[in-house]
Amino acid sequence: MAINNNAIKISQKHLLGIQDLSISDVKLILDEAKKFISLNKSKNKKLDILRGKTQINLFFEPSTRTQSSFELAGKRLGADVMSMNITNSAIKKGETLIDTAMTLNAMHPDIIVVRHQDSGASNLLSQKVNCSVLNAGDGRREHPTQALLDALTIIEKKKKIEGLRIAICGDILHSRVARSNIFLLNMLGAEVNIVAPTNLMPKDIEKFGVKTFSNMKEGVKDCDIVMMLRLQNERMSSSFLSSNREYYEYYGLTPDKLEKAKKDAIIMHPGPMNRGIEIDTKLADDINKSVIKEQVELGVAVRMACLKIFCEK
Amino acid sequence: MKKQYFLNANIVDPANSVEELGGLIINENGKIEAIGKKVNKNNIPSREKFIDLKEKYIFPGLIDMRVFVGEPGFEYKENFKTLSNAALAGGVTSVVTMPNTSPVIDNVSMVDFLKRRGRDKSKINIYPTATLTKNLEGNNMNEFGLLQKKGIIGFTDGIKTIQNTRVMSRIMKSAYDLNSLIIQHAEDFELAKNGQVNDGIIATKLGLHGIPDYAEKIIVERDLSLLQDYNCRYHISQISSAKSLEVIKRSKDNVNFTTGVSINNLSLNENDIGDFRTFLKLSPPLRTEDDRLSLIKGINQDLIEVIVSDHKPEDEESKRLTFSQAATGASGIETLLSLALELFHNESLKLSKIIQCLTSNPAKILKIDKGSLSIGNDADFCIVDLFKPWIVKKENMISKSKNTCIEDKKLQGKVLNTYIKGVELYKC
Repeated sequence: MAINNNAIKISQKHLLGIQDLSISDVKLILDEAKKFISLNKSKNKKLDILRGKTQINLFFEPSTRTQSSFELAGKRLGADVMSMNITNSAIKKGETLIDTAMTLNAMHPDIIVVRHQDSGASNLLSQKVNCSVLNAGDGRREHPTQALLDALTIIEKKKKIEGLRIAICGDILHSRVARSNIFLLNMLGAEVNIVAPTNLMPKDIEKFGVKTFSNMKEGVKDCDIVMMLRLQNERMSSSFLSSNREYYEYYGLTPDKLEKAKKDAIIMHPGPMNRGIEIDTKLADDINKSVIKEQVELGVAVRMACLKIFCEK
Repeated sequence: MKKQYFLNANIVDPANSVEELGGLIINENGKIEAIGKKVNKNNIPSREKFIDLKEKYIFPGLIDMRVFVGEPGFEYKENFKTLSNAALAGGVTSVVTMPNTSPVIDNVSMVDFLKRRGRDKSKINIYPTATLTKNLEGNNMNEFGLLQKKGIIGFTDGIKTIQNTRVMSRIMKSAYDLNSLIIQHAEDFELAKNGQVNDGIIATKLGLHGIPDYAEKIIVERDLSLLQDYNCRYHISQISSAKSLEVIKRSKDNVNFTTGVSINNLSLNENDIGDFRTFLKLSPPLRTEDDRLSLIKGINQDLIEVIVSDHKPEDEESKRLTFSQAATGASGIETLLSLALELFHNESLKLSKIIQCLTSNPAKILKIDKGSLSIGNDADFCIVDLFKPWIVKKENMISKSKNTCIEDKKLQGKVLNTYIKGVELYKC
């Protein structure tokens, strides 16, 4: 497929969250991403759309897949990509996020990709720099590119999103992936079920237009998609849950629970997975049901689309 | 000092149930000599000069029961001089200062320091509190008796709550013996841990840790239960939720206590936080619109007696951070009255009720001869144009810290002049 260089119009300067996007913004990104899927499978993957552009990956929180995905996406588009892991440099010297932003801004980047442990960090950063900011995850708030790649995966597999019933299961409280997905899937017309123990269910989340379940079998009933989230093990210490064992029993995705979903239901997971805690290891690897590898693959395409669109903004 | 005559003013003095057009005479010693409708042009000596206030309003000088001053330790946020100027601009003539300084106010020598600084640097009346427990640690009770002899008006851990129920019950018994005023900031520490905003839709949307309303309610409920056995002088510093108010309503017949509320919780709600506006990160947090409306109802039903500014100056550096890292609190003493008048203009509260919560009620709780225009009292008062429109601008703020949570807000009503002991100390 031919990939043109024409500038595409998007309503936002930054990609901070799905909350800020319009449905046409989302369609724009997904359409653009589709063009990159075949490119990423071909032999020569390099383009020069972003030649001469500087992309800075600013990661305040450790990340393997998101960071490498963004790095690869930038490189395939021909940008100069610089990755900074701030966990062990400036922060320890007492530098604030705004100071870091000012420093980087002075280097005239064209786009900054940021991940931070605090909700709202990307918003704050975007107010202080001249270039576009892409949020690669801020605290528990949003992880927009993950939701976009999940949507793309669903479209690839199910050909549509509208009218599908989708269960998002697990640690919703601490999950930015869950929040972004709720906003996006809702916007695209899916019916969203949220499954979590009440201790891990955010207050008033049903006001976002989702149904909530603390019984997993009820929550996944007749679903087309079962999206599992990573249980953040550090939660165990604060009495959110009694044990991994019990969590697996009630909220781990096992064949008997999956049976309640539709026969052709697919399994998704943003990774990294805790096998045997939130998901049965055989199910995770079942190529007929699990699309976890496809999610990673399409992640690069979605990030290429975002970089292209927002770099040109 | 010459005798002063103010005529043709709308005088609101809830302590004396005065709400009428009249005049005010201040004698040579800065005390109130006469007040009310009988003071008019016809019965003052014709040779005397008088000021015609043209139906502007006269209120007793406001008493703000919850004010943080940076001295000692945080002078870069606010000192006595800047606090005093900001207060006067807001018609506030008396403040109760919180002991959360560095070092904290928990011993007699610190009180001497405070009194000296307050006297030398500020023009307003300073009523300092000391901590309930040594070093704010919540364990060992402070010397209420010795400290109040030195001039401490009451005891509070300010931004902290006594978590240990046994310690709290002993504090109440001791306060009962010594007739000390206990002021509690009501928040269960464990329930509110890491909390940034009200636990609800906004917390969920912004991905911030929530502070549930029952974190406040549980402490209120606990303290009011304890109070049934030892009814010391007890004041809840500020409440923020309808749930706490229900508990207060249930207990009003059984025990004596009083309750305050921050003007922020009366005027704003959690939606105002918008896109991570750190200046609206407050403690207690802004809650839902339903909570706000029930707090107003609480004032109308006399379940809440005091309105405070919860003036907590923070320098810009500690606010220019991510929401979870940013400091808590807003500077608000100079906008307290104007923001409260919004509740009069939008017909939520009667004018006399607002002024009562800002003057005579706090005076009664603190047992001080302030907050009224009674004959013989110091002439602490302010003259207010109730309808003057203005816009809150950071650059026009007098407080050393500009962290107002109502920036660019359009208000109606402004203090024109503030007097203490008959001396004009502020002029708009």
